[in-house]
Amino acid sequence: MCLAIPALIVEIQPEQMALVDLDGIRQLISTELLGEVRVGDYVIVHVGHALAVIDPLEAAQTLDLFSLLKSHTDAELKEIG
Amino acid sequence: MKYVDEFRDSALAKNISLQIKAQIDSERNYSLMEFCGGHTHAISRFGIVDLLPSNVHLIHGPGCPVCVLPIGRVDMAIKLAAEQGVMLCTYADVMRIPASKGLTLQKAKARGADIFPVYSPLNALELAIKNPSREVVFLAIGFETTAPTTAITLKKARKLGVSNFSVLSNHVLTPSAMDAIFKKDKDQKASVKIDGIIGPAHVSIIIGITPYERFVQTNRLPVVIAGFEPLDVLQAVKMLISQINSNSAVVENEFTRAVTKDGNVVALNAMNEVFEIRDFFEWRGLGTIPNSALKLSESFGDFDAEKRFNLNYKKVSDHKSCECGAILKGEKRPQECKIFGTTCTPETPIGSCMVSSEGACAAHYSFGRFRNIPLKSALVG
Repeated sequence: MCLAIPALIVEIQPEQMALVDLDGIRQLISTELLGEVRVGDYVIVHVGHALAVIDPLEAAQTLDLFSLLKSHTDAELKEIG
Repeated sequence: MKYVDEFRDSALAKNISLQIKAQIDSERNYSLMEFCGGHTHAISRFGIVDLLPSNVHLIHGPGCPVCVLPIGRVDMAIKLAAEQGVMLCTYADVMRIPASKGLTLQKAKARGADIFPVYSPLNALELAIKNPSREVVFLAIGFETTAPTTAITLKKARKLGVSNFSVLSNHVLTPSAMDAIFKKDKDQKASVKIDGIIGPAHVSIIIGITPYERFVQTNRLPVVIAGFEPLDVLQAVKMLISQINSNSAVVENEFTRAVTKDGNVVALNAMNEVFEIRDFFEWRGLGTIPNSALKLSESFGDFDAEKRFNLNYKKVSDHKSCECGAILKGEKRPQECKIFGTTCTPETPIGSCMVSSEGACAAHYSFGRFRNIPLKSALVG
């Protein structure tokens, strides 16, 4: 129910609406819950509303964290499948 | 898809899995509750349990709004559509929740009631604008993720002067449900033994981190707010295990790409304007919890379907074989319910946990029901 999906803003429309693209699917959503949004922002969309703008720097830092200490042996990796 | 695919990378998942293995204390158990149905779904779908050591247990929590909606509230909506002739709109998941007399909203629709599944509350408002001679009611459910979207829709309805639109609110609040699960009995024992909590992703976008701080202090339990992708969940498990090993209990945020300390202030303000806290609300499985749900505020009272149609809530008992109550509290696992996978399946759900794909039973049925059955070597070769 709390499902929400990252989508790219491709067009700003009047009355705090915007057109988003999700892998080719386009949908008109409300951006009223956000301050300013720009074309090129990725927003988290839930039941027709953008809830947040994804912070690209924070996303990159989180991914870096996942790759930390990546020095396992092949045997260890094989064991986990 | 950007911000999805990279958070599902299998090499990175193995990396985090090995890090978890390296820091685990094999002498103890780690019981972690994922509060939210979004995590339950991800854990089952991506087979996360298979990447964790056997002494790390993931226990499903009550964070699925479809699952915690009691039968009596669905009955109210069916009655409204069948007897008062309104056009009733709601989210598709709600259509299949079992109600009294073997009915669901879907079956009521088949019998002629005007019931419409919608993607967004804005679609319900559009329907009201297009049908000015009909009353249109939006049956709203959801945690703090969804409540602001109902609030924005109601503000729009007022601005446009749409008088044939109203909302039947069943919005519920996360911190109250967390408190209810961990409420200690008179011997100071909580009903379930949990060592740490994976906190919800999208709810926290709205409410921020602060509401969890009081919970952490009261219960001395670590909370890690995590995104809904598999790598987010694994990382949250790793962070919780670090906290548990060092006997620490603080709120940490793994989902920094969208969750901030103070949350979405625009959304919180809209919720405060449109809603007020109900004194009591009944949750399926958890019973009646004080201050745990939202009704329309005094100033938006003219949009309140409960007032407009004089609706009263009547408590209805769950099916007697259904274990949804114990499952929602983390006391039982889906496979421990005797009707799981036999009479109760996603096609013909008896209990609400089998309805939504985020429900613990539906998630286990769809992705995990064969994993506990040993493969026979003669068959695999």
